Amino acid sequence: MSEDQNNNHSGVGLVVRGLRKSFGEQEVLKGLDIEVKPGEIFVIMGPSGSGKSVLLKHLIGLEEPDAGEILINGEPLTTPEIAAKYRMALVFQSGALLNSLTLGENVGLYLTEHHLKSPDEIKKIVEEKLADVGLKDAVDKMPSELSGGMKKRAAIARALVIEPQLILYDEPTSELDPLSAVVIGNEILDLNRRIHVTSLVVSHDRDLAFGVADRIAVIIDGQIVTVGTPDEVKNFNDPRVKEFLHADFKREK
Amino acid sequence: MFENIGEIVLLFWRTLLALPQAWRQRDKVFDQFFEIGNASLLMVCVLSFFIGAVIALQTGPVLVESSLPSAVGGVVGIAIAKELAPVMMAILIAGRIGSAMAAELGSMRVYQEIDALRTMNINPIHYLVLPRILAIAVALPLLVVFSVLVGWFGGATVADLNHRMEIPYRVFFSDLRDIVELRDVANGVFKSFCFAIIIGVVSCHQGLVTIGGPRGIGRSVTKAVVNSIVLIVIFDYLLTRFLLK
Repeated sequence: MSEDQNNNHSGVGLVVRGLRKSFGEQEVLKGLDIEVKPGEIFVIMGPSGSGKSVLLKHLIGLEEPDAGEILINGEPLTTPEIAAKYRMALVFQSGALLNSLTLGENVGLYLTEHHLKSPDEIKKIVEEKLADVGLKDAVDKMPSELSGGMKKRAAIARALVIEPQLILYDEPTSELDPLSAVVIGNEILDLNRRIHVTSLVVSHDRDLAFGVADRIAVIIDGQIVTVGTPDEVKNFNDPRVKEFLHADFKREK
Repeated sequence: MFENIGEIVLLFWRTLLALPQAWRQRDKVFDQFFEIGNASLLMVCVLSFFIGAVIALQTGPVLVESSLPSAVGGVVGIAIAKELAPVMMAILIAGRIGSAMAAELGSMRVYQEIDALRTMNINPIHYLVLPRILAIAVALPLLVVFSVLVGWFGGATVADLNHRMEIPYRVFFSDLRDIVELRDVANGVFKSFCFAIIIGVVSCHQGLVTIGGPRGIGRSVTKAVVNSIVLIVIFDYLLTRFLLK
């Protein structure tokens, strides 16, 4: 990708205030507040079932909140016009590539369906984005032929085609071996450095969080317990946070 | 099924509103159309031939014994054109294509592919539902025309070869032409168009509301086929009443 193209990206700020969401009797988000600065890598950590993925679905418009508001660059994300004004992309936990399309078709889908470029231009952009994530030779492969790590990198390439100002990552290293997890982590850092995109990463992977984050928020039971730099969070004195961050096996010697 | 009727009607309405997008989705419509044809043509051929054959076998000897041999072509012709071809083909397509639609969309829903489309601002109704419904709405009436012709041929073959009838092909088709009008075939084709819409909308709806894993997909497929068949039978009666006027 050329440096000129990269400069077209500029991260947006994100503010979430008092977000509440219930599914039936179960309240998943209990008045959640976060503030993400433009261009930073913000990681939300928390145990499974704490509401991280539900939060992401609200940010991308797949869920409607019961209460609270979401502001992008200070504008409330309540109308499709505002949502369309800012380019946001979600990298799904599973990759969510369309299994009936090749990798190249998946990555170029946004441009093809919205008729934004000619087929030749789309082909060129797809090759560039796949090269960015180290998958240049896999353009004609089907998703079923890819490993878990390749699928996640392909999903990142698909997100990049939108030229996003905000990328949301849902558990980007889950189900990956440590080596692939490091590749994905470096990819997140590299994108942030090259295109200054705002990155919101939801994960329970401690290595990833402390390796890539500018700031970390810990969510437990639908509420943010603490927000701060990795060092601040590491030293935060709350038994639930300590238990989550320092959980280890107890093997007798 | 009936608690979802509102959602099914809403999906049909949204698909109608998406019709101006049809030209942009033409490649997918053609893909779906050929898939339906490929998957069904041989089965339609075999089924239709034997439906025609069995109708001739059931009615022919009785009519011949009642000194009405000239009615055999007409009875077989009318029964196939107005009722058996549209209904049997609709049931076949509900099982063969409706189930595939529900399974494919259900799998896309479960594995978040539909959510991924939404995040790219791609409307799943334009991208997934419209091409499928358009393709089946064109393919099923064409298959029914083919089925009618093969069914008549099946009936004529049995009428000619069966020793209790021995009605030559030429006489069978001459009798058939005296009774069956183009309007009768058009009635059957119109019915099949309505059945195609039912199969398409019900199956796509069932796919889009799938929850759970593989078991959820299986449940959706079963519901799509059963609900389509129930609605086909109900609408068959209503359309027949309407078309008899």
